[in-house]
Amino acid sequence: MINLDFDIAHLLAGGLVVVSFMLLYQDRLYALLNIYALHAVTLALAVAWQAYIQGAPHLYVTAVIALGFKAIVIPITLHRIIERLGIHREIETVVGIGLTMLVGIGLVALAMVVMLRVTGGATPIAREDLAFALAVVLLGLLIMVTRRNAVSQVVGFMSLENGLVLAATGAHGMPLVVEISVAFSILIALIVIGIFLFRIRERFDTVDIITVDQFRGERQ
Amino acid sequence: MTGLGPAPADAVLIVPLLAAALLASLPNYRWAARFNIAATFLTLIAAGSLLVAAQPAPTSYLLVDDLNIVFIALSSFVGFTTSVFSATYIDHELEIGRLTPAYLRFYHAMYQVLMFSMNLALMANNIGLMWVAIEIATLTTVMMVGIYRTHEALEAAWKYFILGSVGIGLALFGTILVYVAAEPVIGEGLRSMVWTELLAHAPAFDPALLDVAFVFLLLGYGTKVGLAPLHAWLPDAHAEGPTPISAVLSGLLLNVALYAVLRFKMLMSANAAAVAPGPLMVALGLLSVIFAAFMLYRRRDIKRLFAYSSIEHMGIIVFAFGMGGPLANFAGLLHMTMHSLTKSGIFFTVGHIAQVKGTQRIAEIGGLTETHVWLGWSLVVGVLAIAGLPPFGIFMSEFLVVSSTFARSPLLAIILVFGLLTALGALLFRLNGLAFGEARGGLAPIRASYAPLSTHLALVVAIGIYLPTPLVAWFQHVSTLLG
Repeated sequence: MINLDFDIAHLLAGGLVVVSFMLLYQDRLYALLNIYALHAVTLALAVAWQAYIQGAPHLYVTAVIALGFKAIVIPITLHRIIERLGIHREIETVVGIGLTMLVGIGLVALAMVVMLRVTGGATPIAREDLAFALAVVLLGLLIMVTRRNAVSQVVGFMSLENGLVLAATGAHGMPLVVEISVAFSILIALIVIGIFLFRIRERFDTVDIITVDQFRGERQ
Repeated sequence: MTGLGPAPADAVLIVPLLAAALLASLPNYRWAARFNIAATFLTLIAAGSLLVAAQPAPTSYLLVDDLNIVFIALSSFVGFTTSVFSATYIDHELEIGRLTPAYLRFYHAMYQVLMFSMNLALMANNIGLMWVAIEIATLTTVMMVGIYRTHEALEAAWKYFILGSVGIGLALFGTILVYVAAEPVIGEGLRSMVWTELLAHAPAFDPALLDVAFVFLLLGYGTKVGLAPLHAWLPDAHAEGPTPISAVLSGLLLNVALYAVLRFKMLMSANAAAVAPGPLMVALGLLSVIFAAFMLYRRRDIKRLFAYSSIEHMGIIVFAFGMGGPLANFAGLLHMTMHSLTKSGIFFTVGHIAQVKGTQRIAEIGGLTETHVWLGWSLVVGVLAIAGLPPFGIFMSEFLVVSSTFARSPLLAIILVFGLLTALGALLFRLNGLAFGEARGGLAPIRASYAPLSTHLALVVAIGIYLPTPLVAWFQHVSTLLG
């Protein structure tokens, strides 16, 4: 059944890349959050499958964290924040969607070329996982670069962290320390962000970074 | 490390952690400031005793060796002097109402958490633990940069948070790749993340995987070092946060990130087949020096001016370590120490100057040597030192960097000297307006803490004139470790 193991792992990790692409072209905040929840669910499945085939029960914890925290708690919280702030639901992107998608495809190709070439020594499952993980990380960066809105930048960052979790689980037998810390850092990050959004709201009645950006470094 | 009493190595971590918990629950801010000083002083003593005590055997998590003791001692020392400066600084901020007592409680607790996480990052014998510690340090400084809650402070904190997180994300990916490279050789589990094990087995790792890992680690931790073109967070974070935090950022946090890069560089050097890490570091370092040197001319904000100067100096240090070899490594270590002392000294001065004048705009500050003799001349001494003029310590380390480079690659040395002279010109030009000429801005006297800044400047002068033999021997020993 080695082949089936590999195929399902491949399918789920590849699915994460596809969902990352879906994040790339969402132009409404609520839809973006829903897709992010889907992203987290896919991650949870991929991690759970890795836990099963590696026989590493501690990875189930990571999967549960991904499912409960990232797929449910965070999207709901962000939903509330958006509602409370009453920010408009359109996302202003810096570059057009077509161009963004093209760049995204280029990044995925880059990830494959780089990772598959250098991981010759690792097991096939680990190779695929690392390659897909790098693709998700790069797409997460792309989302952060192309969005101006604070909430969608945060979503981009969280999808980037999902890629990191995928990489960490793909690396065979990596100690739990790191996975928990990743989850933990997201928790802290959310608290920070929550405080920030709250403050920004308090001061400017908007969380659009472009308004905050008007102060461009130098006091004239 | 399960000895009878708390070993110094443990105390360096435990003291700040306990102090953070206590400071978070202590409502009286006057006592909090004093307690903060006491706690950093205890940490300093613990760090000092590390120098003399026998080094404990490395565990899977913690490690004390000759390399990180230098960093720990330096960071504890600057942490202590900064807490002394911070007490006076904070008093003034309370008087003018920029900070409230409630925020101070948070501020002091965060200060100790920052000390803890930096010491943890330096002592970590585990690449995962080191990553976690640097992440905590980043998050605490993000919150401290945003503490004034003004428009500018929030933007600075947000920018720092986003760029810092991306950097830290890339570093984690690199860390995972190192594990993947180590796992077939060392075996599954914790052992494949332990420094001492990694270094011992590095020659057998897959070189291609290590190459890619190092690129991620250099870019990731390099963001935290403030290397161009990943530096965008640094000037904002320095300018908009409280000045004690600027001093700690420039003097310590940049060093901690640099330390992480150095550790991974050692790993790369141990593997003969992997690409040499030097040229990458040289390129990034040189780019930072040249870029920052030109940016210095256009600064209008005094704290931003010195933030760009930090980018320049981190560039010099990374350049020196990138060149490698005993002499360049020695110069890099010396330069790092001198820069930490000088730059935090300058920020102490600048913090008080900004309070006197009620502004950070360079155009509104002038004639300091006449109106505030002590502050003005401290600034003059500090800027001359940081610009690399003799007889200060930085002149010596820059001279060593340049001369060791001339022997091996004259072209690089010429570019570096060009960058150094450009920065020198910018700094002297600005200094002239700030310290001499017609007095501008507030003239009121200020209650400043002169002890920390005079200590720092005195040390820089003293080391510039005479470098104690034990220190030379120690640095030489560490430089050979760095390869």
